[in-house]
Amino acid sequence: MAHSTLKQLADLLATGKTSSVELSQDYLGRITRQNPGLNAFITVDAERTLAEARAADAVRAAGQAGPLTGVPIAHKDIFCAEGWLTTCGSKMLHNFVSPYDAHVISQFKAAGMPTLGKTNMDEFAMGSSNETSFYGPVKNPWDTARVPGGSSGGSAACVAAGLAPAATGTDTGGSIRQPAALCGITGLKPTYGVVSRYGMIAFASSLDQAGPMAQTAEDCGLLLNVMAGFDPRDSTSLEREKEDYARDLAEPHDLIKPLAGLRIGLPKEFFGAGLTGDTAKAVQDAIAQFKSSALPRSKSACPTPGLSVAAYYVIAPAEASSNLSRFDGVRYGYRTHDYADLTDMYEKTRAEGFGAEVKRRILIGTYVLSHGYYDAYYIQAQKLRRLIAQDFAEAYKHCDVILGPTAPTTAFKLGEKADDPVQMYLSDIYTIAVNLAGLPGMSLPCGFDALGLPIGLQLIGDYFSEARMLNVAHQYQLATDWHLQLSPIMRMETEYKALDALLSVPEAGKKGTMV
Amino acid sequence: MNWETVIGLEVHTQLTTKSKIFSGASTAFGAEPNTITRAHLEEDAGKSLHEDFAGMTGIDLNRAGTPLLEIVSEPDMRSAKEAVAYAKALHTLVTWIGTCDGNMQEGSFRCDANVSVRRPGEPLGTRREIKNLNSFRFLEQAINYEVRWQIEQIEDGHKIQQATVLFDPDTGETRMMRTKEDAHDYRYFPDPDLLPVKLEEDWIEQIRSTMPELPGAMCERFQRDYGLSVYDAAGLTSQREAAAFFTDTLALAGEANAKLVANWVQGELSASLNREEKSIAEAPIAPAQLAGLIKRIADGTLSNKLAKQVFEVMWTEGGEVDAIIEAKGLKQMSDSGEVERIIDEVLAANAKSVEEFRAGKEKAFNALVGQVMKATKGKANPSQVNELLKNKLG
Repeated sequence: MAHSTLKQLADLLATGKTSSVELSQDYLGRITRQNPGLNAFITVDAERTLAEARAADAVRAAGQAGPLTGVPIAHKDIFCAEGWLTTCGSKMLHNFVSPYDAHVISQFKAAGMPTLGKTNMDEFAMGSSNETSFYGPVKNPWDTARVPGGSSGGSAACVAAGLAPAATGTDTGGSIRQPAALCGITGLKPTYGVVSRYGMIAFASSLDQAGPMAQTAEDCGLLLNVMAGFDPRDSTSLEREKEDYARDLAEPHDLIKPLAGLRIGLPKEFFGAGLTGDTAKAVQDAIAQFKSSALPRSKSACPTPGLSVAAYYVIAPAEASSNLSRFDGVRYGYRTHDYADLTDMYEKTRAEGFGAEVKRRILIGTYVLSHGYYDAYYIQAQKLRRLIAQDFAEAYKHCDVILGPTAPTTAFKLGEKADDPVQMYLSDIYTIAVNLAGLPGMSLPCGFDALGLPIGLQLIGDYFSEARMLNVAHQYQLATDWHLQLSPIMRMETEYKALDALLSVPEAGKKGTMV
Repeated sequence: MNWETVIGLEVHTQLTTKSKIFSGASTAFGAEPNTITRAHLEEDAGKSLHEDFAGMTGIDLNRAGTPLLEIVSEPDMRSAKEAVAYAKALHTLVTWIGTCDGNMQEGSFRCDANVSVRRPGEPLGTRREIKNLNSFRFLEQAINYEVRWQIEQIEDGHKIQQATVLFDPDTGETRMMRTKEDAHDYRYFPDPDLLPVKLEEDWIEQIRSTMPELPGAMCERFQRDYGLSVYDAAGLTSQREAAAFFTDTLALAGEANAKLVANWVQGELSASLNREEKSIAEAPIAPAQLAGLIKRIADGTLSNKLAKQVFEVMWTEGGEVDAIIEAKGLKQMSDSGEVERIIDEVLAANAKSVEEFRAGKEKAFNALVGQVMKATKGKANPSQVNELLKNKLG
């Protein structure tokens, strides 16, 4: 079924009720039907997917299956995957076929999970609506006139539409959590350093972190188990003991008060102006839900969201201007066709290869790092960053998790904020501080607005508290059914299977196409 | 006109690590010539090859990512010679402790020289930086040219503009690469992928305790403990291998023979190595062999002249000193009866010289000594011959 969770699919595979090839074909069929409308994938290569699925089935037949062997997954196109076109949503990499696997990709390969395709994203992960992609915007499966959020918009949309049971994302300022909220799915940004950034195309290295996007917190836990772990190829990868992030989920818990003793922080700063009525209400309702089973604290102080945005839009562009200087047309990727000399080639390549938002951030970053401005902008922003981390540290003396909205609004219309960068930047007002502090953050569905668009609840934990956060989210999902609501596209796909059987239309599994 | 030269050096030493820069830091520095401002790690960015391809520039990325330690001095040096001496001392140090192979042709050790001139007592003049000097000779030539050029410019009424220049060894001149106006704003900021490195005191102590004795300390010790001259001690400690050869030989030959060992390592051994363009590691003679030879000089078995012949045989054919003496019949005559007999023969055959000597001609005595040595095929001990002759003629 289109809405099956990873857990359910893993059980079907384990009990022999389906095979990885069959599952993969199902999803590839949905992609063939729905992706032309959603534009959630940049690259699909059915042959490659099915070859991996056959290999996974062979592993299972040999009795060597792991917990998720054979379950397919989609990957954000920011992850280098050997033999796959890896564009990062940019013309600059429109022809880049990666010669190697990112750490995240090799972890999923080792877990036996076939790749369903590479998902669309904002160019170089710079955007909050997926409209900056060179490959065109992704449509929100709840309302295709609206954005899915960004930058992991393709990953969020494909999960919400049932085109993949789960997907990887990356989060530099909210790029997992905000699209998860806007598409009604569950997403987790782990503590900085938990997942290796090796082979993940860098945007802002001190903020970038990969994480899972799925339908449930439980699935996110299973995926984090695959993704997390020390990798010497990323100097910021943390060497920690392997932990089972889903450990608290399976254990029997107090059914009456499953979260007894949990101290919840509710920063008033997260409920200020700008938070629209429906979102505010849904989040308040979710908090009320928790109040019955946990110890709420309403006075927790948090960094003023506005300051986070200001600091972020100095630091992230500064790092981006450095990271993106490698795209010069010399070694790989796009190169301009006509040029007079080397400098002309560099200039034209970058002028033609980068989109407007990427150029805007390179310019900001270049400016704030320039001689004479560095102290006023970059140093100030770094000081602010330190203060933000200290504020959180202070807050966590008094609480275990912080709750609030993920995004100030539900999904907005395509084009609505495309010409107003500041409005667009404010989409991440509640998520950015988490990246600046390096903390783990989650988004999970907590309601719908009057238009039927999903609303996300943000959960922010202390460093390395992913297992606890996942349990908090899991308990909430056991008690609510927001995450079980199907987007119109997914509903269509759920019904399609029955229709398909009735009409006995042969299932897809077409040759690889770039869509 | 009176001008003062001011030089500061930036020396790039490629580190002899097994891996490229991001896989681990290298050892800390031990000695601190007073002039060093700072040392920092950087990575080689690769290089452009302008000469190898006509009309094109080649890009060599083979060394990209190789760690370098850049050692920056204060503008403390006042002549090209001083700069060379500093660079040589640094070269000895980094090769001594094994952090750099010191290969200058391959660019493992190269210098940028910041050069300016001023009137004595005045503030520093505007500097020009000569890039990538990869030999001590070029360093000296480049600085000397640059100093002359700058003085000329100023005396002709021009101002020096801050610039980066290249030295052309073919013309012996420096030429402009870029001026300060072209300088890039590098927009440096802390790289988020390079985390702060915290050096634990224990670790620093551990490195310190495993550091070899440094050349300066060793040079002083050689003078103090073995009574060597500054010249000998400095020569022996200019290279770690030479110092090791010396100490190994000394351990076998006995400390009483330190001066002899120093003379032989610096003299015959060094000359032979130079002649055959060999490094000390490639010497066909081991410390044990040389020590054997030295012992035979010390106990009077060999004259210096015979010892050189034995050394020659050791070098070309190998073998131990006693075996060579035996095989080649090179033993010095120590039997005074035998020497006396030969002296008597020589005196009988050279009556004229004897007469001249008795008439007061000192030179005639030397001629007689020469005749005796010739008759003994050099195996007589010259001082013994002197003594016996004096007795006979006296």
